[in-house]
Amino acid sequence: MSQTFILDGKTIPFADGQTIMQAATHAGVFIPHLCYHPDFKPHGSCKLCTVKVNGRQTASCTMRAIAGMVVESDTPEINAERLALTQMLFVEGNHFCPSCEQSGNCQLQATAYHLGMMSPHYDHFFPNRAVDASHPDILLDFNRCILCSLCVRASRDVDGKNVFALSGRGIKTHLIVNAKSGQLADTNFSLDDKAAHVCPVGVILKKRRGFAVPIGERTYDKQPISATVDVAEGN
Amino acid sequence: MHAEAVAGIVDRVVTRYRREPNNMLQILREVQEACDWIPPEAIDRMQVVLGVPRTKIEGVAGFYSFLYTQPRGKYRILFSDNITDNMQGNRALMERLCSSLWVEPGKVSEDGLLSIDKTSCTGMCDQGPALLINNIAITGLTAARIDEIAELVRNKVPLGEWPVAFFQVEDNIRRADIMLDSRLQPGDALRAAHARVPSDGLLSSNMRSWREGLPSGIGGPAAMLDEIKRANLRGRGGAGFMTGLKWEACRNAPLKAGQQRFVVCNADEGEPGTFKDRVLLTSYADLVFEGMTAAAYAIGARRGFLYLRGEYRYLLEPLNAVLERRRQEKILGADILGIPGADFDIEIHLGAGAYVCGEESALIESLEGKRGTPRNRPPFPVTNGYLDQPTIVNNVETFAAAALIALNGGEWYAGIGTRQSAGTKILSVSGDCERPGLYEYPFGVSIRQVLTDCGAQDVQAVQVSGPSGVCLSPAEFERTIGFEDIPTAGAFTIFNHSRDMFEVARNYVHFFQHESCGFCTPCRVGTSLLKNLMDKLHNGCGSPYDFAEIEKMNQLLQSMSHCGLGHTACNPVLDTIAKFRPAYERRMAQKDFVPAFDLDQALAAARQMTGRDDPGAHIIKEEFGEDA
Repeated sequence: MSQTFILDGKTIPFADGQTIMQAATHAGVFIPHLCYHPDFKPHGSCKLCTVKVNGRQTASCTMRAIAGMVVESDTPEINAERLALTQMLFVEGNHFCPSCEQSGNCQLQATAYHLGMMSPHYDHFFPNRAVDASHPDILLDFNRCILCSLCVRASRDVDGKNVFALSGRGIKTHLIVNAKSGQLADTNFSLDDKAAHVCPVGVILKKRRGFAVPIGERTYDKQPISATVDVAEGN
Repeated sequence: MHAEAVAGIVDRVVTRYRREPNNMLQILREVQEACDWIPPEAIDRMQVVLGVPRTKIEGVAGFYSFLYTQPRGKYRILFSDNITDNMQGNRALMERLCSSLWVEPGKVSEDGLLSIDKTSCTGMCDQGPALLINNIAITGLTAARIDEIAELVRNKVPLGEWPVAFFQVEDNIRRADIMLDSRLQPGDALRAAHARVPSDGLLSSNMRSWREGLPSGIGGPAAMLDEIKRANLRGRGGAGFMTGLKWEACRNAPLKAGQQRFVVCNADEGEPGTFKDRVLLTSYADLVFEGMTAAAYAIGARRGFLYLRGEYRYLLEPLNAVLERRRQEKILGADILGIPGADFDIEIHLGAGAYVCGEESALIESLEGKRGTPRNRPPFPVTNGYLDQPTIVNNVETFAAAALIALNGGEWYAGIGTRQSAGTKILSVSGDCERPGLYEYPFGVSIRQVLTDCGAQDVQAVQVSGPSGVCLSPAEFERTIGFEDIPTAGAFTIFNHSRDMFEVARNYVHFFQHESCGFCTPCRVGTSLLKNLMDKLHNGCGSPYDFAEIEKMNQLLQSMSHCGLGHTACNPVLDTIAKFRPAYERRMAQKDFVPAFDLDQALAAARQMTGRDDPGAHIIKEEFGEDA
């Protein structure tokens, strides 16, 4: 790790092949993100992790680090754009935090707090999305899906099951499950699947455990999302 | 249709596509042609015979506008909804057909016989309004023709028995230059390329392609590449990348065991207002295929694809016939021109209604039978393209130009046009002019010259290169077409003073919203928000606040989007705001912010259900005026 680049004035070491996100995480620097997860191939779709590299904006989760590059991340300009993207995700789906059992464990909510979001700003789309409660152990509430595709990647690449996929196009893009009936109960999905544990929001929910940890004592209740950067994840 | 019958169809189609999941899109398209839609039983069967999970099949089927996983009727009618179609009165014709056949736009008729909807530009702007019926184009729509169509549908006349005149597509070549005037004898360009000995000067640094693709001792491939470089040929799809550099990068890209190089022709001519590739593929297909073959010769490729937009489905059989003839003539297939080992063949893949597939990495994804989502770049297709192998993707017109260069040499070509823009450019001229059609000019022609030649009068604006290009006002008509000034993929849409430039921009914003692939947040949500804002202005609820919001959204789309679609989605708005501001100011009906939500409109469904339309069933706007 003899090579370095500059991130917001700080020198960040990196190994060959590491992305800006990986190197930053390893160095303990938080870059907001939703579709990125250290265990999976980067997707680069949520664009929350966009940074400015030598004056050009790019997703830090897919951009490989290059020695000597100058990266801006935590600037008012970029954070304002990240805030707008977060607000877009809020109005695109149906996110009612006070009644959501993921409140406090939700990365979208925590990111909104991190970016100082005070309102959704844009007009709500109020899409009509059904809930799938067919599975004995898991509830799917598509209202909160942000199309990060982490469950798609987990099921395909780790579980080898392809339980989830994205279908549709544009604003009609939506999550589907691997059954003719379209019901999760008719798939081979199980609580032991990696895909059951990667949803950054409140779509894939374990039944009967919603409030095992009370609101107020959850991950992001205790510390802001920016403080949860796991240095080990950068490896 | 019974499950066994559907399974039989799937088996037949899948077998013809060698059971390769890479051909998923083609398989789905053909299954739909046979079944009128993609029934769940077809997906059941595909799962088994292709060994692909259902999620993947449904994910692909759901991405493309022309694939239906719900029944859409025996007659599936899609009105082209480009701005030129609007100007030619397509909306009224669509309403006429809908009311004549008792069907609501976007819905299937009660008896399940038909559906009528809108679609993005179908590339018939010079002979619109146009529609697609079961993906086959009908041009020159008039009220009389609409009534005839209604009658034919009502009587359930099979499409094959409809009047041939309906499906007539004209070339409308108005000005021909070196390309449209070329009378290439098939094979001549290849023979010329093969005969050309390596010259010193620009000789390429290595001979890899002919070491791999052709027996040693033939210097033609390197010489071919040199001619392309000498010609200063730049890509005709809009971006204008140096073709020689692209080819060389692909040729020099290392191959892993079992890998090969690919030549891909981008005929996904989706930019609204563009139709030159349609004409090239109709009347100059040999030129295009010859250019592809010359490219294959230069880079050492054995396989090529023509990715043809779904709207040009009617060209599939004629193009396949040209390919077959070329095989017979030994200028395609094995041992081309009798040279042992000079093997190259071309397969045609059809798109299915997705503009984003014109982006080269999305096109490659689509060729691989996937959702047409642009890839993260780098790596670029020249090293990691089709099936992760070195691939060149070039526009139809680029390959046609390459054939001319192969025939006549690079020096000849570089002498035409301007310093930075060698050769000619074909413009697809449409909109308010007397003679719409194709105009081929050497680069450097002024906007005014084109307007004069096509008989355009009282011109208010010209949209060059489609919605993702630039909108020019009369003060800019001395500007010229070329990479030095106004680069273009070919669209040239003219608006006279009777046109409302706000509505032009609004049509384009709707287009981008419809065509956004949905992969990245800014484009997926941002194009929808932008569309809502433009609609709000259109509906008279606009205020300076909304205007500021539009400008903010433009900024966000440009800086955060994943690909060019999102980056350019705001171009039409930015340009028209800058140059035709009064068209927007007229829409600022409100001094202060008012919500887009229309209370009275929200009651429409209730009125329809109760059959009421009396004053009591309405909320009059004035009651909730500015003081409310």
